[in-house]
Amino acid sequence: MMEFLRARTWQEALAAKAERRDALPIAGGTDVMVELNFDRRRPAALLDLSPVPELRGWHQADGWLAVGAGVTYAELTGERGQAERRELGRRLRGLAIAARTVGSPQIRNRGTIGGNLGSASPAGDCHPSLLAARAEVEVASVRGSRRIGIDDFFTGVKRSALAPDELIAAVWIRPPSGPEQFAKIGTRNAMVIAVAAFALALDPERGLVGTGIGSAAPTPVRALAAESFLAGAIGDAGLWESRRPLPEPVMSEFAALVSAAARPIDDVRGTAGYRRHALGVLARRTLGWAWRDYCEEAR
Amino acid sequence: MRVTAKVNGVTRLADDVWPGESLLFVLRERMGLPGSKNACEQGECGSCTVYLDGVPVCACLVAAGQADGGEIMTVEGLAAADGELHPLQQAFIEAGAVQCGFCTPGLLVAAHDLLARQPDPADADIREALAGNLCRCTGYEQILAAVRTAADLMRPETGR
Ligand SMILES: Cc1cc2nc3c(=O)[nH]c(=O)nc-3n(C[C@H](O)[C@H](O)[C@H](O)COP(=O)(O)OP(=O)(O)OC[C@H]3O[C@@H](n4cnc5c(N)ncnc54)[C@H](O)[C@@H]3O)c2cc1C
Ligand code: FES
Ligand code: FES
Repeated sequence: MMEFLRARTWQEALAAKAERRDALPIAGGTDVMVELNFDRRRPAALLDLSPVPELRGWHQADGWLAVGAGVTYAELTGERGQAERRELGRRLRGLAIAARTVGSPQIRNRGTIGGNLGSASPAGDCHPSLLAARAEVEVASVRGSRRIGIDDFFTGVKRSALAPDELIAAVWIRPPSGPEQFAKIGTRNAMVIAVAAFALALDPERGLVGTGIGSAAPTPVRALAAESFLAGAIGDAGLWESRRPLPEPVMSEFAALVSAAARPIDDVRGTAGYRRHALGVLARRTLGWAWRDYCEEAR
Repeated sequence: MRVTAKVNGVTRLADDVWPGESLLFVLRERMGLPGSKNACEQGECGSCTVYLDGVPVCACLVAAGQADGGEIMTVEGLAAADGELHPLQQAFIEAGAVQCGFCTPGLLVAAHDLLARQPDPADADIREALAGNLCRCTGYEQILAAVRTAADLMRPETGR
């Protein structure tokens, strides 16, 4: 017999998880229920987080936005939710673009950002944008709470740094000062697991570039060499200020470095070679869009 | 466990529910509401689409216990109490949008939600709103036509 524990408040949720480490949290259920329906998993208990009000909102603190783990894709895109939630997608443009590509309306209505992190799939569509924005994941237990840098959150295929008694509370993001982009390649437009995904964030105020790669390594990863190369090339040539077109060799080298950062595998959805190639194309494309947005912003 | 929910306006309860079973199973097998269909059980086809607290969801991906205390509307709740069909249902029949009918209940709920939010949707809006509903008989043109017709029927100035 499986138990069903329903948390009404965040305190209840943390207490329940402390007492029952074997309880599987369930939020939107779009990953968990597939596993239960197909008998791939039989947890001793389910811990329902969907009623917890503390997970459903977002707030601002010291230039950061804290997005509750229970915020849905539809709230990130602005498809659903009150005006205050719609505002979220305007502030977190990269994440909103990524959320827009997820599943179908029914999946976006239920699926949450916390559930995407909880599953920690290399193909999770939130992850590249969170990496590009250098987000932090706030996790908590009855022992207290801590913030984990997104680079340290993913520890292996579908594995994360979450301890057995911890829950994901929120994702903290300092919105980049410039344009953000996201693109993914799949076998068709709706309802596919990405073959490769890429997110880019430009932060002219801090002179930084952020990247995130999905579906092309055991965990979502940043392309660190590509980030420092591009930030250096833009900075050295004074392009943040001049907003002149990016030189072709800079675009090509950036794409090559992103491609090289991947550690893809062959599987039914694509070969490693195809994934590397696709990533280079995505990197170039998103950089073109983001730089165009940056130049147009100034007009 | 016991699950209590307001389904199509009526409070219903189901006993001896296994906590891992889906809302879809509860509706079909325990509450006698077989309108919502079970085709994939993995969120891919949309034939199980119902409103949960005003939002269209795949009932196969909601754990029974998560629906406890919730408000649900299924395809059975669309027609009037006297049996008069909803304009959307009428339009689906008139446009020939129903072949085997397996996808129809989910499409009706998804389209109902679209028209509640956007009374005058463009074709792109209709396609997007129905992107999570598969029709294996592939009658998509007639389905689009039915939603357009229903939108006309439901607008106050022209509506029946
Ligand atoms: C048809 C379909 C299409 C999909 N398309 C996409 C897609 O395009 N892109 C994509 O990225 N994903 C996709 N998914 C996967 C899924 O929708 C996402 O991963 C979603 O974000 C999961 O969120 P959820 O709230 O439904 O998670 P749940 O299923 O409730 O939980 C997922 C995991 O996270 C854990 N968890 C949830 N909340 C917390 C918390 N607060 N603290 C700790 N652990 C927690 C759960 O224990 C579980 O292990 C799709 C799924 C389906 C069924
Ligand atoms: S049965 Fe639920 S989406 Fe197919
Ligand atoms: S009418 Fe047969 S599945 Fe759509």
